[in-house]
Amino acid sequence: MDWFFNFPDMSRSDLREFKKTVDFAFTDFSRTYGQGIEEFFEPLLMFLVWFEKLFINTPWPIIIFSILLLAWIGSRSILIVVGTFLSFMLIGYFGMWEDTMSTLAIILVATFLCIAIGIPLGIAMARSNKVQAAIVPVLDVMQTIPSFVYLIPVVMLLGIGKVPGLIAVCIYAIPPIVRLTNLGIRLVDKDVLEAADSFGANYWQKLLGVQMPLALPTIFAGVNQTIMMALAMVVIASMIGVKGLGLPVLRAISNQYLALGLMNGLAIVILAIIFDRVTQKFGLRMQKYRNEGKD
Amino acid sequence: MNSKSILIKVSQLYKIFGDGDKNALDLVKNGMGKDELLEKSNCVLGLNNINLNINRGKIQVVMGLSGSGKSTLIRHLNRLIEPTSGEILFNDTNILNLTSKELIQFRQNNMSMVFQKFALFPHKTVLQNVGYGLAIQNISKDEWSEKAQKWIKRVGLDGYETYYPGQLSGGMQQRVGLARALATDAEILLMDEAFSALDPLIRSEMQNILLDLQSELHKTIIFITHDLDEALKIGDRIAILRDGSMVQDSDPQEIIMNPADEYVSDFIKDINRARVIQAKSIMTPTNTKSSGATVKEDMVLEDILQIMSDAPSKPVTIENSKGKITGKIEMVNLIEGMKRPKSLGTSITG
Repeated sequence: MDWFFNFPDMSRSDLREFKKTVDFAFTDFSRTYGQGIEEFFEPLLMFLVWFEKLFINTPWPIIIFSILLLAWIGSRSILIVVGTFLSFMLIGYFGMWEDTMSTLAIILVATFLCIAIGIPLGIAMARSNKVQAAIVPVLDVMQTIPSFVYLIPVVMLLGIGKVPGLIAVCIYAIPPIVRLTNLGIRLVDKDVLEAADSFGANYWQKLLGVQMPLALPTIFAGVNQTIMMALAMVVIASMIGVKGLGLPVLRAISNQYLALGLMNGLAIVILAIIFDRVTQKFGLRMQKYRNEGKD
Repeated sequence: MNSKSILIKVSQLYKIFGDGDKNALDLVKNGMGKDELLEKSNCVLGLNNINLNINRGKIQVVMGLSGSGKSTLIRHLNRLIEPTSGEILFNDTNILNLTSKELIQFRQNNMSMVFQKFALFPHKTVLQNVGYGLAIQNISKDEWSEKAQKWIKRVGLDGYETYYPGQLSGGMQQRVGLARALATDAEILLMDEAFSALDPLIRSEMQNILLDLQSELHKTIIFITHDLDEALKIGDRIAILRDGSMVQDSDPQEIIMNPADEYVSDFIKDINRARVIQAKSIMTPTNTKSSGATVKEDMVLEDILQIMSDAPSKPVTIENSKGKITGKIEMVNLIEGMKRPKSLGTSITG
């Protein structure tokens, strides 16, 4: 009855061997290809560095003015613009300007990457059930696997720095945009698509002229979620060498600096709120035709 | 009917929904019905040996209850649904042999469609909706918006160009749908229960707009409906479908005077016969003038009754549109015509 009380597990030495094999295999892999992969990401790193410097070196009034302009273009709401202005003044006054600029830079690049990869992926999923069936489990894993776990291979391959940080942020933040692009396109009214078909529209005309515009509000909800999740990853990304608001938070945790942690944490929250409100307002304005009633 | 006047010729068209098509098709060809097929092979019989000739410049109505296959049939004409077997000739080209490129060309140039639920593009303005069929043919914006403008005006929506469909009433939305279909100048207009979703007054108004347009444009129109009054009002010919099979395809008068079976009889039992049956359907052919008044052969019985009531004993003379005498009608013919045919008699005593 021994097997009944003790789980029939692998012997310890076997298990050790197993782990060793996996570890060595991956170490070998990263030794062989690490260099090449790093070189592959070199342009991205250059861009990241340049982009971050651009944010940090540009005089603050210009940055604030540009941000306010973007907030106005996105939301067309005085309230949001004023709120954004006050928030950034406050952040700067408390000495977090530079960190905020670093965070802003990496968040923008991450969001752009997620959109550039996520939307075509979502379109492919909407087009074919097989592609959907293949990608959905991958997205599930990406969303549930603890971030620290995929940090390990990323760091082993690329070391510590901006690029692995960016990759970690993207892995965490990309699922919503993919899912919601797929959903948005699939939810487009079949009757309307049939109408487009009946007039002889080809695949691209249907996609760009009918499906994408009608799915845009949903896709935009995905962009919004992606930005939020990217911001949520800032602290974890700072563990592998990403500069920005996450780093002081990390320091605050290890040294129990309450004020430092709170200030930087709140700065992240403020960024999140601004991003969220502006993109949501923008999303709403895009579906203006839905909200207007009959005469 | 000479072959030149036939624009679309549907022959031996079958559609079976579901898997195992090949086997199911043989079963259907050997006479298996819809219910039995569903039970035996889990396939749904959509269309069963449809043969239909559609005349150039005429309005062909296809009628039937829901599930009878009428919407399936109309979607075969522009291949929104692919058939299981059969042939659809348009000017001697088999539509079913078109490559996907040719099919797109065909849909752009030869056939346009109006939908029951309008199916307008909610994110496009009225102008962009109407111009859609042209815009996707890479026609310049100036050109398509000018044409779209013309059709918007023609359906009476002047001034609504910049509105979105969601801002318009149902009747107005379907006018946009009609204008969108007309804007491509396609020869054939497919109308899938186009007016069914509208309330009766608007529906009647839309029917008049359609007839008015048709008297000028002479399109070939395939009009799906489940409403007999509508079919009689606009149809030059009426085909009746039941469970995917064609039960009758004839002149509207013929359908009322000689329903092919119980199903068709059921359809027509509630209509006001005096208001739809025309003189030519009940007259006694003759070429001599009778003692009473002279009326046209397409006058309905109700109106003839009005005329005869002044002199009931005098038969009226019937003449055709060219003024030639073709027959006469006596009071007894009128009474005979208005009463339901024998096959429908069951419900009179009940």
